[in-house]
Amino acid sequence: MNAWQPVIGLEVHARLLTRSKLFSGAPAGYGAAPNTRACAIDLGFPGVLPVLNREAVRMAVRFGLAVGARIAPRCIFARKNYFYPDLPKGYQISQYEDPITAGGSITIEPAGGPRRDIGLVRAHLEEDAGRSVHEGFGRGTGIDLNRAGTPLLEIVTEPAIHGAAEAAACMRKIHTLVRWLGICDGNMQEGSFRCDANVSVRPAGSQTLGPRSEIKNVNSFRFVERAIGYEIERQIDLIESGGEVVQETRLYDPDRHETRPMRDKEDADDYRYFPDPDLLPVAVGEAFVAEVRDGLPELPDARRDRLAGQYGLGAADAAQLVSYREVADYFEAAAEAAGSAGSEDAADAARLTANWVNGELAGALNREGLRIDEARVTAGQLGRLVRRIADGTVSGRMAKAVFDAMWGSGEEPDAIIEARGLRQVTDAGEIEGLVDAVLDAHPAQVDQYLGGAEKVLGFFVGQVMKRSGGKADPRQANRTLRERLARRRDEPPAGQTP
Amino acid sequence: MSISHAEVERVARLARLRIDPGELDDRARDLARILELFDRLAAIDTRGVEPLSHPVAESQRLRPDTVTESVDRAALQQGAPEIEDGMYVVPRVIEPR
Repeated sequence: MNAWQPVIGLEVHARLLTRSKLFSGAPAGYGAAPNTRACAIDLGFPGVLPVLNREAVRMAVRFGLAVGARIAPRCIFARKNYFYPDLPKGYQISQYEDPITAGGSITIEPAGGPRRDIGLVRAHLEEDAGRSVHEGFGRGTGIDLNRAGTPLLEIVTEPAIHGAAEAAACMRKIHTLVRWLGICDGNMQEGSFRCDANVSVRPAGSQTLGPRSEIKNVNSFRFVERAIGYEIERQIDLIESGGEVVQETRLYDPDRHETRPMRDKEDADDYRYFPDPDLLPVAVGEAFVAEVRDGLPELPDARRDRLAGQYGLGAADAAQLVSYREVADYFEAAAEAAGSAGSEDAADAARLTANWVNGELAGALNREGLRIDEARVTAGQLGRLVRRIADGTVSGRMAKAVFDAMWGSGEEPDAIIEARGLRQVTDAGEIEGLVDAVLDAHPAQVDQYLGGAEKVLGFFVGQVMKRSGGKADPRQANRTLRERLARRRDEPPAGQTP
Repeated sequence: MSISHAEVERVARLARLRIDPGELDDRARDLARILELFDRLAAIDTRGVEPLSHPVAESQRLRPDTVTESVDRAALQQGAPEIEDGMYVVPRVIEPR
């Protein structure tokens, strides 16, 4: 059914990785005892004056340049007025008119779909609020203001997203980018990266926007997709059964997989923004912008394309390697150690390295919940292991055992291969001996094979591998088995009836 | 320019101000007089004039990203009506499920 088109816009809040707060010299960061990181300025005590953090401005400009946005030569801060216990001043310092960056776009590649650019409306600086704790305070609510005043970059996309999966792809792309730029740690459990979604539906082909609901509280990629999917269905069902969508804020409840209207939101959208008289306009000079531009790293899309071209990688492999900058760095260092430069087999070694980084290594990191910079196998070590696979010293299967041993001990692959005798048997005479022994031990299966049951070959390969303690080169065993079996067809050994 | 009682009540609610019903007439008149002043401002021709967001024609100095404030929680919480485990305790803001 295609009668309805969902229209989605995202608002992503990325907490910037500054040492101090947006407008005060109190420490930013997660995990301190309650209210030990909120100073008089964050608390809005009388007579205090906010002063803007240069690093937060630099990070916002860095993001803006990375997405091709216009950097405003002059931007202003505004007060967004509302009352909530975790907002000590009764207003949030944010940007309304003249945000620091406007426009720009990101490119998404939804699974199975074509690449698409999603426009950004803006990205602006604002301060975070505190945290409310609703459990454990009897009939009250506990308020921890440590987070109050922490710098956020609010990134707003155009309402140009047309499905839940596309929205999740968009959120992932922004997540990759802010981490790549080193401006946000992307930690969703700790609330460093949060996403609100504005969702509406309209008849397919229509150009006007329907009334939208804003879904808050979505703190994982999986939930953003599910919450939006639920909300689209809810709105379509509502309209098709004769109802109307009302503009409101809804909370997603992952346990029940539903969105619910938020209470107590009467007048909530009337924020009465006005320019903050405490803060002068911010002039972002050309020299400042040029300096930030010079410091930009190679961006994920460019790096993906370079990795694919330079190392001959498939699109999916290259895309996975640039999910984090550290992974791409690891891959390149490993590929170099694997000897991927120059030689005829270079592309093979690079592809093999990519398989290992995206496969075994990613699996091991996942199992132990480690980041790549915490990997127990260094990029150099992994590269040297790949080199041993490429030159035939170990089989792919034995390499997995070597990798596990490296992971546990931190030792070099060559040391483990020698110490455990894992060197692959490639000597032709030795393999022929193994093959003959296997064929002699299983005359019935030989007859089956010679009678046309070619799949028995797999059984023989397995027996050869077993007899060699897993060390025989399987491709060579396979080849030798076919030769020896063919010979038996032509000239049965003495004492055996055909 | 006249302002209705409902508008006065709405503005008061947004600002968390309590207005006695007996005051509504006076407040509506006050607000209407203020808005008349804005009407006079609005009558001025401002074509070609840059919007002014701040009366001081300077730009903001930026602060280096260093931690300069130490937080004396006990001192800052002196004025709070209720504290528990270092948290401010306020009337419950959401209904329990």
